[in-house]
Formats: sequence, structure tokens, C-alpha cells
Amino acid sequence: MLELCGVRLAGPVLNGSGTFDAIAARRAFGDALLERFPFHAFVSKTITLAPREGNPPPRLWETPAGLINSIGLPNKGLEGFLAHDLPQLAELPVPLVVSVMGFSRDELARLVERVGERDEVAMIELNVSCPNVETGLVMGADPAETARAVERMRPLGAKPLIVKLTPNAADPAAVARAAAEAGADAVSLINTLKGMALDPRDSRPWLGGGTGGVSGPAVRAIALEQVHAVAQAVDVQVIGMGGIASGRHAADFLAAGASCVAVGTESFRDPAAGARIGDELRALSPV
Amino acid sequence: MSAPPRAEPRTLAPPARRTGRVTRADALGAYRLVTVLDPDGPADPRPGQFYMLSSEERWGGGGDERPYLPRAFSYARIRNGELGFLVEAVGPGTQRLAELREGEGLRLLGPLGIGWRPPSDDTRPVLVGGGIGTAPLVCLQDELGADATVLLGFRSAAHAEGASLFHGEPAIATDDGSRGRAALVTDLLREDLDRDPSATVFACGPPPMLEAVRLLCAQLDVPAQLALEAGMACGFGACFGCVVPTNEGYLRLCVDGPVLDAELLLPMAAR
Repeated sequence: MLELCGVRLAGPVLNGSGTFDAIAARRAFGDALLERFPFHAFVSKTITLAPREGNPPPRLWETPAGLINSIGLPNKGLEGFLAHDLPQLAELPVPLVVSVMGFSRDELARLVERVGERDEVAMIELNVSCPNVETGLVMGADPAETARAVERMRPLGAKPLIVKLTPNAADPAAVARAAAEAGADAVSLINTLKGMALDPRDSRPWLGGGTGGVSGPAVRAIALEQVHAVAQAVDVQVIGMGGIASGRHAADFLAAGASCVAVGTESFRDPAAGARIGDELRALSPV
Repeated sequence: MSAPPRAEPRTLAPPARRTGRVTRADALGAYRLVTVLDPDGPADPRPGQFYMLSSEERWGGGGDERPYLPRAFSYARIRNGELGFLVEAVGPGTQRLAELREGEGLRLLGPLGIGWRPPSDDTRPVLVGGGIGTAPLVCLQDELGADATVLLGFRSAAHAEGASLFHGEPAIATDDGSRGRAALVTDLLREDLDRDPSATVFACGPPPMLEAVRLLCAQLDVPAQLALEAGMACGFGACFGCVVPTNEGYLRLCVDGPVLDAELLLPMAAR
């Protein structure tokens, strides 16, 4: 049986934070979604202390084999999440990881404390890497800032802490090492790569947020290299993601040193992609 | 942030992409009408709901090495398990879908979203369509009956061939006057509502048309439901990409729409 940060999982396939809204999906698919839930653990969309509307549209741009998004972390805020979303996410048949982001270490600490009190939550992911908010990059782009944040969060509760790393750093392995030495239980990567598209009509930025993050098969080779480099650099578990669309791709990330993988943009093409990738992976490496 | 409780004409979708077979793909003036046999999907989608479509083969490798993501299409009609979609080639995704031929595989996810709600009490339904946006009104007319008023606007006579999907004799306006009246479909709507304002308007079409419908119906205090469109990656609420600003904040068209009450929408200048 696989364990992630000491939590038992029935398999290694997670979703990337912000790429699957299980509550909305249940409105579209009903309880059939739960009968063959596509992931072995579910990672929530990132929550912040205050509610956020997110970035103005347009929020999407299709690239060759990928997507640029500029969503901007819309969410109900901590209290809205605890009151409305958490009870519904607790009905999912897999362990729950809650992703949190703070605009300061104080904010992040408040989120970690409050979320960490809840029995429904198995693990907490610190999103220090979202490229679509003003200050999100600052923490995760710098090893010392990341270490300071993790050191502050570590004593606040017993829940395992996963640090979501940005690929938009000079040396992601150095940030991973700093996070691990500061007490992170696992690291996950990659978040999206910064990207931009221009409106063909007037050559001005297409996305309402100006710039966005690139995901999908277009980033897979970059992600694989970063996962490999990080896995070499740390002893904690690594969750690898970036353009995974098949069991073969997932197997590559596991071979590069990841303990688990996450599926993101491929779920947009098929909500059952996570289940298919899990099946294909099992067929490649029968236990 | 979250949608308030409101009527949800919604048939649930199976939670996985499936593949159907194209049974016909015919030119319909400037459009293509693609019908697909969908034995694994529900036989009772609600008018106004949509599907995410992509071809089984050669999805990718077109212009700019796209398409990559599936494309959202309201269904025009369902008959004997065969779904009909109206396609106009305007980009790499729609171009590929327009190239589909009989026997090819079409990947589908759906039906998705919330469809048209019933007309308000004691009102007559008025269906207003522009261009490719006429598609979700075809199945609505199938449901409401042939005596519903149908007003259609197109660029030209070639596009106005799309009107042949409707029963009876819909009123037609074209931009160039090559078929029907040389007018905007909203001109037809104004005349119709002036004659009898006890109506519920159901409209789908390009954004400027929908804005004109919204304004007109607001002025005349006529209830209106608008089927909107936005760039959409997933169709089931995962990507948060397809939001429109409303007086309740941003709503995701894929799970809270695509049909929205006009009174929810902000003026286009404020969107």
C-alpha cells in the first residue's frame, strides 16, 4: 500500500490543485463521479484568507499542446471554504489535501492553523508558487523565503505539509532543499510556467490578468527535468506533475523520483483522465 | 461566488469522455451539420445544454499545432439517439470538426450546463437567434412546439440556410438583405414585442446581438433568457476559465449557464 506523508492511498494519482472542482463536477455528473472517482487523493483549489473573485476574463488561451490560464485564485475565502466547501469535499471517497496561499506569513499561518484543526483534512499544501497573484511568487522563488515560511508553519499543527514549488525559480532544487530542511513533509511540482499571449487583432495582452501560467503537454519535458533534479536533491517525497496525459508519462515521473503524480490539464479534456492514467500505470507496472 | 438556487433544467452527463460515430456530415449553406450516434449518452439532454467535442483522430497538428482542448457546442437536435451539431469553421478546432466525415469518431462529454427554463407564466415564447447561435433554439422549438415565434438573423443567404432546421416559417433578417429583410434580428424583435409584449425571449447569438436583446427586453420589461458563449477548457467547472461578470459576481458559464437570466447580466460596457 502506497503512503504519502504517512497517509495511505489506494494509488499514486492525484489532481493538481485548481484543475478539478469536485463540487462543480458533482453538479454536472451526479454521484456517478464518486463511484469511480478519478484520483487517489483530492487536492482542493487554493484557498486564501479573504474571498477572491479572481482575474477578469478572458482567462484562457490555447497554445500548441497546452493552455495558458490566468484565473487568479477565485475562492470563497477561509470561512466560506470551511462552512460550504469542506463538508462537501469530505464526502469524497479519498483523502483530502487542502491547498492554501497567504499574502503574508501571518495569513498563511492563520490558514494552516484553521484548516489543520479539521479532521476531514489529511494534508495541507502550501501554494507558494501561483504565478497569477501579485505576491505569490515571492515566497516560492527564493529558498530563504520558502524556508522561513515552512519553519513558521511547521509547529502550528500535526498535519503533513506539502510545499508546491514554482518552476519559475532560478534553481527549483535549491528551493526544494530549503523547504525540506525547514520541515516540509513533501514537495510537489511543477506549478505553471509564466506565459503570455497577444490578441491577434491589436497585439495587446489577451488575458485579463495580463500574463498567465502555461500547462499541458507543452511543459512536460521541462517538468520531468525539474522533478528529477528535485528528487535528487531532497529526501522527502515528491509529487510530480506537468503535462501528464498517459500512464507512460506517469511512469516517467515516478522513474524520475516522484512518489506520486498529479494530473491537471488532461482532466480538462476528460474528467476521467486520472482513472485512465491510473489504469494504464498499473498495466505498465503490475504489482 | 456561488450560484443562488434557481431552476436547473439539467440532464446529468456520464463522468467520462466517450466516442460516438458520425452518421452524417452535410453542408448547410455556410455551415456543416454533423450528426453523431451517441449510444452511451443520455437520450434526453435539455435544450440549451452543450457538449464538449473533439475528433478521435487528428485532434492537434492543425494551424499553430492546434487544436488541443475540446470545443463547446450546444446541440441543435436529438433524434433516435443521434445528436446534431451546427459547425462553422472559424479556427483550428471548428475547422477540424467541419472536416468530419461519416464513420469518423467524435469524442463527446455531455450534456453539460443548464438549459432553457420554461417561459414565464402567461407569456408566449419568442426565440431569437443569430448565426451559429440559432443551434440551441432548434431543440427548444422542438420542445415548445411549432407555434412559438422564431426570429433569426444571419450575415447572408448562405448562412440563412441554417433556418431550414426550424419547423414552419421563421422570420429572417440578413445583414446584406440577400434573404428575408435587410435588417438586424433585433429590429424584428422590437416590432414583435411592440405588437405583443407579453412574451418570454430566448436568445442566442453573437455578443453585440445579445446585448441589444438584453437592453431591449430591459426597456420593455420583458423576461429574457440568454445563452452565452465564452472560451472554455473543460465544460464542467474545473478550469474556472469561462466566467462572465454578473450582478452576483463572476459566474462560470459551464456550470451556472450557458443560459442565464438577462437581468443577471451587467451592461456589456461594464463586463
